[in-house]
Amino acid sequence: MTDQTSTPTAVSALDAAPPRPRWQVILIRPETMTFVLLVLAFIVSSSISPYFLDINYILSSFTLYAEFSIVALVLTMVIIAGEIDLSPAANMALSACLFAWTYQATQSMPLAILVGLGAGIAMGAFNAVLVIGMQLPSIIVTIGTLTLYRGLAQIIAGDQSIRLPDYFIGINNDLWLGVPVPVIIFVVVTIALAFFLGATIWGRQIYQIGTNEVAAQHAGIRARRIKFMLFLAMGFASAVAGMMTASRLGSVRYDLGLGGELQMVLMAMLGGTYIFGGRGTILGTFLAAWLLSVISTGMLTAQWLPATQLCVLGLLLIISIVATNLIYSRTQR
Amino acid sequence: MNALRSILLRRETGIAVMIVLFVIAVGIAKPRFLSLEYLRIILLLTPLIMIGAMGQMLVLVARHVDLSIGSTQAFAAMVTAMMFKFHPEIPWYLGFLVSIGVGLGLGFVNGALTTLFRLPSIIVTLGTLNLYRGLTFIISDARQVDRQYIPSALKAMSTTSPILGIPWIIFMALGVALLTYWFASHTRVGRQVFALGSNPAAAPLRGIRVNAITLMVFSISGALAGLSGIMYASRWGFVNPSNTGAGFEFQVIAAVVIGGVSINGGVGSVLGVVLGVLLLGCVSAALPLLGIPGTAQSAIYGAVIIVALLIDRSVRQRGIAALAAQRARA
Repeated sequence: MTDQTSTPTAVSALDAAPPRPRWQVILIRPETMTFVLLVLAFIVSSSISPYFLDINYILSSFTLYAEFSIVALVLTMVIIAGEIDLSPAANMALSACLFAWTYQATQSMPLAILVGLGAGIAMGAFNAVLVIGMQLPSIIVTIGTLTLYRGLAQIIAGDQSIRLPDYFIGINNDLWLGVPVPVIIFVVVTIALAFFLGATIWGRQIYQIGTNEVAAQHAGIRARRIKFMLFLAMGFASAVAGMMTASRLGSVRYDLGLGGELQMVLMAMLGGTYIFGGRGTILGTFLAAWLLSVISTGMLTAQWLPATQLCVLGLLLIISIVATNLIYSRTQR
Repeated sequence: MNALRSILLRRETGIAVMIVLFVIAVGIAKPRFLSLEYLRIILLLTPLIMIGAMGQMLVLVARHVDLSIGSTQAFAAMVTAMMFKFHPEIPWYLGFLVSIGVGLGLGFVNGALTTLFRLPSIIVTLGTLNLYRGLTFIISDARQVDRQYIPSALKAMSTTSPILGIPWIIFMALGVALLTYWFASHTRVGRQVFALGSNPAAAPLRGIRVNAITLMVFSISGALAGLSGIMYASRWGFVNPSNTGAGFEFQVIAAVVIGGVSINGGVGSVLGVVLGVLLLGCVSAALPLLGIPGTAQSAIYGAVIIVALLIDRSVRQRGIAALAAQRARA
């Protein structure tokens, strides 16, 4: 974890306040809140159902949310860079549909995977061209492409589901050292991205772009190129997540991952990513993904209606941005 | 000559030309499209989108977005339909008050969250989009309210007509458009919405109460979504917790941006939005006739949004270039 909040800046003598004690700095970070909430969620849900004391149950229930979580990690970097992407769930659907469709047509798995990944990257590139090349606001652009990608998936797949071969199905049941493969992928991606964002020059430049893009450009940072790469990474991650979902479900329909943009944005927000850019960590999103998985599984175990769960997710999104904004406005002083 | 040029250069003219060209092109391929029957189909597709678009236009002009109108429509329609179901003795026209009132309340919540905590409206309404949809399922117990419960006088609004065979709901949509035109162009508050959207930093310096205006545009958008909710019940004769209003926000945003409302705030006209809605109606009506499956609708809305954004950008850049040229001459 970095101590970006305690960076001293040039201030007049009147403004200079004594530095906060270290424990306060740590305590006031949004990630700490997420961690506390995670512990609370565990306590509450294990009092509802004893299953939550079983690590295998938690790991296997997380495979339902692993795909969105992986994309949410990349989305965190996009939001830190000051942009947003609402289209990844639709991207997942379209790349999975193209993947399954190619497999059905050619019976060649490598070709199908290539097509799926290529489609995902192409969709990311399309977003990037509109947002960075054409200088359009990313929120509206990705609302447009969200509708477009989902619609194209609907045209390709129609109302049927496309079956996949048996050997491809069931990535969520594959264990490696007793841990489901999607969880391992998620953890590996987390470590890689946390290193990238926290300890490499490009990662630190992403923070600078999000804090003040004009200043970053004047400081010689290639803001446009970095943001372009981020949108490409978004497309790639969505395509991978789409294929993982296809493997888990065993077949592909156009409504794969429907409404996923809410969960992904929610994970980033719950993890303390600042919606206006420049702040946030991969660790926060990592914790938030587990938090959301525990909450969702807890609601499932308690047999709440899907509609109630939708309400809870919507409310959580609003509460988490309000809370994150409050925390950041306090630490800014 | 100059007057003609300025008319030709107007955004609305461009949309009108697009509508005419589209109708002629489809008419050549399928002459049936030019019949009175199809005019009726087109007009019946538009009223709900038109009413939603008027609210969304004000929100976009104030530099915000309301993604929750589809769910607001569903919730308001569901509350009204359940009132009719369990209290059939209530006169049907009171349903309008209930539906608009519920919508107003939901819109107010959006506005309050946005202004109170200074949050981006897109994320707030993405949250309430799901929240309101979930609430719709909860109050309805995930069950549809069927035809027999909707008062027949209400359903008749979409089939009977006061004049020329044009149903009531089309007149209502036109009435809302006229009211919005009057509000946006001829009232002080309406102009303040535009001032706020063109420069949010300067608006408070001119004495514009930014929070009040923002609350107001979200409330109007919610109220109009509520009105479109009861009109949904009138038009289709049922209210379903998952189908009602699903994807409504995308249709409305597509209509509004193609109607020339700038996503950067401060720009937009009611006439443009009305034409945008008509163009969208023409496209939706032409699809089945041309043998394009209904599944293509969503993709077309998405493409329309993106094309409209690109047009908006080139118009803005031409405007900036013209300003620069003017300054260079002076």
